[in-house]
Amino acid sequence: MFRSKVYSLLGLLPLALLIIGFLLAPLVNMVYQSFQSNDGTFGLSQFISIFTDPFYMQAIKNSLTISFLSSTVAIVIAAIGGYSISRLAGRQNKVMVMITNMTSYFEGIPLAFSFIVLLGNNGLFTLLFSQLGLDIFHQFNLYSWVGLIVVYIYFQIPFAIMLLLPTYQGLKMEWRYASNLLGGTSFSYWIRIGIPILLPGMIGTYTILFANSLGAYATAYALVGSTYNLLPLQIGSLIAGDVFLQPNLASALGVILALIMIAALWVNGKIMRKVRRDLK
Amino acid sequence: MIGNKKHFFIVIILAIYLLLPLIGTLLYSLAGKWSNTVLPESWTLSWYTMLFQDQRFLEALSRSIFVITSSVVLSLVVMLLAIFVMLIYFPSMEKYLKLVSMIPYGVPAVASAIGLLNIYSSSSINIIGTPWILIGSYAIIILPFVYQGIRNSLYTVNAVELIQAAELLGATKVKAVITVVLPNIMKGILSAVLLAIAMLFGEFALANLLVGGRYETLQLYLYQQFSKNGHLTSAIVISYYVIIMAVTGLLLQFQQPGKKKVTFAALRKPVIRKNQIQKNSVEGDIS
Repeated sequence: MFRSKVYSLLGLLPLALLIIGFLLAPLVNMVYQSFQSNDGTFGLSQFISIFTDPFYMQAIKNSLTISFLSSTVAIVIAAIGGYSISRLAGRQNKVMVMITNMTSYFEGIPLAFSFIVLLGNNGLFTLLFSQLGLDIFHQFNLYSWVGLIVVYIYFQIPFAIMLLLPTYQGLKMEWRYASNLLGGTSFSYWIRIGIPILLPGMIGTYTILFANSLGAYATAYALVGSTYNLLPLQIGSLIAGDVFLQPNLASALGVILALIMIAALWVNGKIMRKVRRDLK
Repeated sequence: MIGNKKHFFIVIILAIYLLLPLIGTLLYSLAGKWSNTVLPESWTLSWYTMLFQDQRFLEALSRSIFVITSSVVLSLVVMLLAIFVMLIYFPSMEKYLKLVSMIPYGVPAVASAIGLLNIYSSSSINIIGTPWILIGSYAIIILPFVYQGIRNSLYTVNAVELIQAAELLGATKVKAVITVVLPNIMKGILSAVLLAIAMLFGEFALANLLVGGRYETLQLYLYQQFSKNGHLTSAIVISYYVIIMAVTGLLLQFQQPGKKKVTFAALRKPVIRKNQIQKNSVEGDIS
């Protein structure tokens, strides 16, 4: 028995090698490199240069802002849309879940291209609205801050709906009837029953959306290249750009990105504990 | 049923919004001449024929298929091996496996690319720019889905009891796993595989940062065509969307509960008519 246990450890070896080689070692390496200054000494110089450089501070700020805005808009739309989907019966529900599931994989380069077809300088809607004489697209520029947010919101919505649907399944129609029978209005139903039940799922989904957009690289890369100042784009150009590479600085930026994500998860855990305790 | 109409209306608006990029790109890929009008002036399939005759596209597609297949197989085999060892010999350690398998979920591609570039560009192991670095890192990013797919189906089929039952009947542990458990969890494995394929086909960040033009995958080819020929690019994008549609459509079929089962195990079972099941279940043969 003991021998077979020792042999069985061999079965864990491939997974351990894969994880160490392609996950843990790179992460440890990133953290280690971030504490190396450019002349090879150990220290905080990379972090100091980031926090004193307005350019990188702006990248961090821009990334946080775009994640916050796109996640907030997306979760509101997804909350309404997801509820409506969950209220549909049978076939309609199934078709809509299929569409949402499929479109939740639309992101990155193909999605950026699709938005150029729709909203680019010669895009479908740009032309349509200019022929209708509506001037809303006159100032709209897809390759800008606003354009980026529009695309981010798009790819967050189906993803958010897919994450929220199981939560809505927990919302029983009977509770609504019970609330109505006891004299509750639609408003009081949502305030006292609906939202408290949905809240933990919503918060969890919001955190995932936030992290998802914070690390998103491909969509922004395709639309604005490295002309727009976002954290993932700056990291990308520091490790594989064509000007000159600064792996140590990139590592420090990567550590900051990871720390922001961990912080988001930590806040999520905190709020979750509060919300759950109120439920009891 | 006014309430229902409202929900239906919202869902229709949502569906149109979600499908707009697909529809717009489809129109563009079928358009012959389209400059200043809202809808194309003429229609053509020539962009698709041009695309599928393009040697570079076909090569990029086959590279993508090679990288994706290898990384899915690698991730799957390694995870299956580890999960069975854990299940049989170290059941109490399973939570650590879960923890480790979930880490990739929280690591953005750009962050893991930094360390990978540092380690694998050294003189001793230089695999930057080769498919091998992609296969390794892709196997990692799909690990959470592979783990969950396998684990969930192991729980639903009561794998531990199945192995014990097979052992009572004289099979070895290895034989029990291969002939009893594996066929029963095929469905879970297949949906994990489909999920992984859908994810990896869209992967651009790691491909661009780790390999770039030295090993052009589908996404890299797409990016290269981006600014050259819009119509051709839209044909590529539509091909990509079709792959995603096929994969996610299949996935939904697998995940639909209560539907006709398409597991390999079900195919192998003898066909039993309904009245036979009822008769047998009285005797306690079939549970």
